[in-house]
Amino acid sequence: MRSGGDFAEVYAEDKRSTSAGLDDGRVEQVTSGRDRGAGIRVVAGETTGFAHTSDLSESGLRAAAEAAAAAASQGGGGTRTVALTRTPTHPNNVVERYPDDVAKADKVELLRRVDDAARSAGAEIVQVSAGYADTRKRVLVANSDGLLADDEVVRLLVRISAVADGDTGMQTGFHSMGHTLGFEIFDSVDVEELARDAARQAITKLGARPAPSGSMPVVIKHGTGGVLFHEACGHGLEADHIAKGASVYTGKTGELVASPLVTVVDDGTMAGEWGTLSIDDEGHPTQRNVLIEDGVLTDYMWDFLRSRKEGRVPSGNGRRQSYMHLPMVRMTNTFVTEGDSNPADIISSTEKGVYIARLGGGQVNTASGDFVFGMTEAYLIEDGEITEPLREANLIGNGPQALRDIDAVGNDFAMGGPGTCGKDGQGVPVGTGQPTLRVAAMTIGGTAA
Amino acid sequence: MSLRVPLDPASASGGVAADLISLADKVVAQAQGGEQIEAYVSRGGETEVRVYGGEVEHFVSAQSEGIGVRIILDGRTGFAYAGTLDPNAVDEVLAEARDNVAFGTVDEWAGLAEPDGVPRTPQPLWDESLAAFPTERKIELAKELERLTLAADRRIRVDDANYADAWGEVAVATTTGIRETGRENGCYVAVSSLADDGDETQTGFGFSVARRPDLFDLDKASRDAVDRATRLLGATKPASKRLTIVLDPYVTAQFLGVISSTLNGEAVVKGRSLFRDRLGEQVASGAVTLVDDPTNPDAYTATDVDGEGLAARRNVLIDGGRLERFVHNSYSARRAGTVSTGNAVRGGFAGTPGVGALALALQPGARDQAALIADVDDGLLVQSVSGLHSGVNPVSGDFSTGASGMLITNGAVGAPVRELTIASTLQRMLLDIAEVGSDVDWLPMRAAGVSLVIHDVMMSGA
Repeated sequence: MRSGGDFAEVYAEDKRSTSAGLDDGRVEQVTSGRDRGAGIRVVAGETTGFAHTSDLSESGLRAAAEAAAAAASQGGGGTRTVALTRTPTHPNNVVERYPDDVAKADKVELLRRVDDAARSAGAEIVQVSAGYADTRKRVLVANSDGLLADDEVVRLLVRISAVADGDTGMQTGFHSMGHTLGFEIFDSVDVEELARDAARQAITKLGARPAPSGSMPVVIKHGTGGVLFHEACGHGLEADHIAKGASVYTGKTGELVASPLVTVVDDGTMAGEWGTLSIDDEGHPTQRNVLIEDGVLTDYMWDFLRSRKEGRVPSGNGRRQSYMHLPMVRMTNTFVTEGDSNPADIISSTEKGVYIARLGGGQVNTASGDFVFGMTEAYLIEDGEITEPLREANLIGNGPQALRDIDAVGNDFAMGGPGTCGKDGQGVPVGTGQPTLRVAAMTIGGTAA
Repeated sequence: MSLRVPLDPASASGGVAADLISLADKVVAQAQGGEQIEAYVSRGGETEVRVYGGEVEHFVSAQSEGIGVRIILDGRTGFAYAGTLDPNAVDEVLAEARDNVAFGTVDEWAGLAEPDGVPRTPQPLWDESLAAFPTERKIELAKELERLTLAADRRIRVDDANYADAWGEVAVATTTGIRETGRENGCYVAVSSLADDGDETQTGFGFSVARRPDLFDLDKASRDAVDRATRLLGATKPASKRLTIVLDPYVTAQFLGVISSTLNGEAVVKGRSLFRDRLGEQVASGAVTLVDDPTNPDAYTATDVDGEGLAARRNVLIDGGRLERFVHNSYSARRAGTVSTGNAVRGGFAGTPGVGALALALQPGARDQAALIADVDDGLLVQSVSGLHSGVNPVSGDFSTGASGMLITNGAVGAPVRELTIASTLQRMLLDIAEVGSDVDWLPMRAAGVSLVIHDVMMSGA
């Protein structure tokens, strides 16, 4: 590799994908996709130049490299030769049945079973849509420090949404599953059960009353609320936000930033999970990083360039959406570890509040810490009992405050469904998880007084 | 990217996207016994400069291209794409699309668009001066925006200042007689700001979007970034109550984006629109006339052709509160027993066309925002919203979103508030719209902004 900067890197990718969509009782279309190309990054001083190409021939790569070097240095620069050492990749996933070895007919059949199961869940179900998608991506990273690493990533996703209709209008239910595994996942996951659950949510919400308005205790069911920590503290612990002082957690390592009941981990090595990778998109092995331990902020998440500058070991959090994007600090699987409360006790000790059985998407402002989330399935808690279902609403809070307000953590850890995390225009797959837990006060954005 | 400039037949060789339409023609010519084929071929490039602390943080220069092929045979659809125009890959795409047909369900309404004779309204979407704009000037613009923003207020820091431009050209051809090419370019500058006061930090942003760099308004971009961040310093969480809200134009544009999904013809034919049975009925207050008009050159998303190659056109969706029309592409229109409204949207070569509004705008009223606020006794000026994607369900109509802004008391703007939500239902909010402002602002979205007064919305806070 030759370069005209302080650091140069090539990231090459070859991805094949198959997806199928079913809606309104019809398999609307099966799609096959092919994406391949390389992104070349050259760093000179504080400036990063980046160019990408779908032309993987030597001349195509050279043109992209020259464009990136010119962008970084605006001309100039010398040449040096680097010996590459291939780093063996220790796979975090073992794929048994590669999706491209599975007949398209089997993938379509899966969607038909989903459609049948959701529709048979009740006469109220008037519409079902379902999607299946798989990708198999080979990546190779080489840089001017001599690193050479490669990996293969398989991902498989199913999403189901159901619409129920009744006297009160229409309501929706949703379920999804995603893993970094092959088709063997369907030996252990019953997609019909997921479909029935989506249908049940929609039917249940037909009888829902408007969500309350104002501040109250919130109990979040295990496996559905990890996204709260992804938003409330995860983004604020990304080293790029820290470096610019654009995070409420800047300069807070070693300080108590959460309830002592809370330990938050980002772990890219969890077998089969949606955010799992063997190497990150800068070629470094992913690992388990403890971010908050017993309420104390222990470390941030790092990409390679920033950790290289700080003279520390990379944390395996340099990720990119594709070869067309620059890598940056991103989460992998982010979760709260198990506590020792019995989940039933957490509910029964809550006099009045909201039980969230499924949190939807969210959004955070890392600088102020303010965040919002959708409650897609929620119930009222009255006198320690889960009572009536609630219509959808957002809840709003402030990250540091919510972390301090956690007053019970259950002993029932579970990972949640697959997520796509958006940052600076790039989406990457992430996992989240958490045991049942309670936040003493959050603002529920409903309409009922 | 949707289709843009019409092909001039006289310049078919060496004209806009000549090699792309030639490739599309070749693919379409391979149709066999009864197949309908559509080939969509595009190429584009972008430059992005990010400046921080007076230095270039990164400079991205990139090009991409690709092809998507859709085949329909006996009511079954198959699709494939590749992010390259390598001849072997193109052959593979055609073969994969053909193979995928067998797995689709027969759909009696499946079919490609056919030319409908509606004339195009040409749009000025390509600017040569932008195509020739030198790199050093791009970097200078980003640095200038950072300087202006920092100089405006001592409490301000800049997270990043950016210049970006993009160009694209596209060709689409079908066995049904569609054959179009087009190209477009554009650019923007944007700045993200932080305002500090003691332990508190708030954020803001400002931008300017233009067809050519000499039309940028850097002063406004920097002023907006400063105002948005500093106005929230010292904001508190208000008590929960029901009140009147005044939406800033930027918020209204996002609100219209949500409303448009209920007027989507595909959602209507699949039973997912809450207005599916309401055509001809009063669904909004008399103050509401909502038009989708991509032929208005002021619209950021102005276009002369939709994603299937039909002419873009002006459609009145709600007239004085009465629901007049849904937007359709050729599939949803065929299924609904009507004709396409020229509203096929597609995200690029990797997908098939969906349905969507292209350039929505409310018919403006007579008074500016200050006059609207002067009439509000107890209200909230909503200056930003968050979590629209998570808190609004366009199928049920439940509406709940995070917000920040200023309280309004007896016609005067008062203290800033944050960490609150506003909630109602889409159905009620449309009926509760009291007045539309006169301050139309075309934003870089599929909808125009304008101030909007809505009664009886629940604000949740402490």
